[in-house]
Amino acid sequence: MSARYLPYILIFPVTLFLCLFFLYPFVLVAQQAFTTGAGFTLENFHDVTGHWKFPISLKNTLYLAAAVVPVQLALALLMATMVNGMGKGRDLVLYIWTIPLGISDLAAGIIWLAIFEQSGFLNSMMSGLGVIDRPANLMNYQNPGLIFLAIALAEIWRATAIMLVILVAGIGLIPKEYYEAAEVFGASPWKRFLRITLPLLRPSLSTALVLRVILAFEIFAVVQALGGTLFPVLMGETYKYQFELLNGGGAAAIALIILGISIAFTLLIMRLLRVPKGATI
Amino acid sequence: MTIASPEVSADTRKSGRYVYIASVILLCAWVIVPLYFLLINTLSSPEAVNSFPKSFVPDFDLGSLTFFANFAGMLSALKNSILVAGLTMIMSITIGAPAGYALSRFDFPGKGLFRFLILLTRAFPLPLLALPLAVMFIRTGLDDSIFGLALVHTTLAIPFAVLITFSLFSGIPIELEEAAWTLGCNRLTAFQKVILPLVLPGITASAIFAFVISWNEVFAAAVLTIENRTLTAFLLQNLDTSPLHLKFAGGFILVVPALIFIFAVRKYLFAMWGIANR
Repeated sequence: MSARYLPYILIFPVTLFLCLFFLYPFVLVAQQAFTTGAGFTLENFHDVTGHWKFPISLKNTLYLAAAVVPVQLALALLMATMVNGMGKGRDLVLYIWTIPLGISDLAAGIIWLAIFEQSGFLNSMMSGLGVIDRPANLMNYQNPGLIFLAIALAEIWRATAIMLVILVAGIGLIPKEYYEAAEVFGASPWKRFLRITLPLLRPSLSTALVLRVILAFEIFAVVQALGGTLFPVLMGETYKYQFELLNGGGAAAIALIILGISIAFTLLIMRLLRVPKGATI
Repeated sequence: MTIASPEVSADTRKSGRYVYIASVILLCAWVIVPLYFLLINTLSSPEAVNSFPKSFVPDFDLGSLTFFANFAGMLSALKNSILVAGLTMIMSITIGAPAGYALSRFDFPGKGLFRFLILLTRAFPLPLLALPLAVMFIRTGLDDSIFGLALVHTTLAIPFAVLITFSLFSGIPIELEEAAWTLGCNRLTAFQKVILPLVLPGITASAIFAFVISWNEVFAAAVLTIENRTLTAFLLQNLDTSPLHLKFAGGFILVVPALIFIFAVRKYLFAMWGIANR
């Protein structure tokens, strides 16, 4: 076995696997979205976007992403810088802060349900404080804002950890000399954060944001656990088209719309946080 | 260079220190308290779970967990979850690790393209793949099977497996391998005797990572399985109808492995992402 062919032999299984289960299904999903049985058509898209629930679920998905991702970014940056200067106890604090990384969105939804449901901990706390005398049903159609808040909190609680990990790893790659030099010149911690950490963290920020934004558009199980049908989102509609309406074409069309939004945002983030050519850490 | 007297600056520094410690503790509580609430609900009797107001200490009643274990289909769903995650773990490492090794050790035409393919998977909402695959699996007889779902979960886990193993292998100097070659090893034996022992802990960590990805996945599992539901799919399907104590016990069972696994891989978590970023 010659060394020239060895790398290709080694990467062949992954390439084959991704072609079969990543590229090919995308061709299939596009095909399914653009056909109804008789040739090329946009009918599926008309069907799906014309449904009264579509604008609501699109709006819900986008608003959630817009509310959740910036908070997560700020929180993750704060936590990452806090951990950076920590001596004793760093490992323990990092372990605790990264626990949600291993927790599924469904479990996170259930956890926050324990707080927000009618006999849950929020109501118990409020009645203990004497604010209310009987438990109020918080998660119903009369409180759309509260459902939104519960879902947003569950998402922030669960998925800030992945950004934290990426940012902590990224900060670890920034040479200490830069900070020392800045300190010599009298830069305040805030200045050092703005002028050194943020710019040099761009690759990690871009990775973290792309990953999070895409996952935010995929939001599904948290919503199912907390809002159910009261809070439609795009991924939930896909599921419904596939199973309740048995409309594979419709499901594929929404899937393509989610895909389109994801790719658009990925490109936008990568462009905004691009590292100029030739610049390295 | 500051004009402020040393006393004042020491004072502000001290109060800044308190604010810092307080916010660290607050953020720890933000993570732990919701988990503690779930624990209370799991370790309470079904009656206590549905009563009001809630007690803030668990009464260590195994009623909810027993109910969970006796609920029809729950244990087989749990078994399916473990099987799928185990298969995903094995497949993503056996397929992904060689590619990670190739990326770290060789320069070859097409390397850029291959890396692009791997990175591309990160820019797509992968669980959506389950929709067309459902049709494909029916044709090939893989529908509603453990193996079929494991294939999809492997697709989710493989980019991570490749990037993580890539960073692991890159962390080992090639000189070690070269030294083994001059001492009479060939590529394979050098890998077995020198490299493998060094990367094994890291490989285990990334295998665990693959396990967790599969264990937690909801959408593809719900789309691709009907009879052989995994735990997440089963819980999702029964969200509307199942009583609260069942949801909480199920949620708890979902969380426990996550806690253990994150603890097991904590040393590698940051190293994995550090290089995977580039």
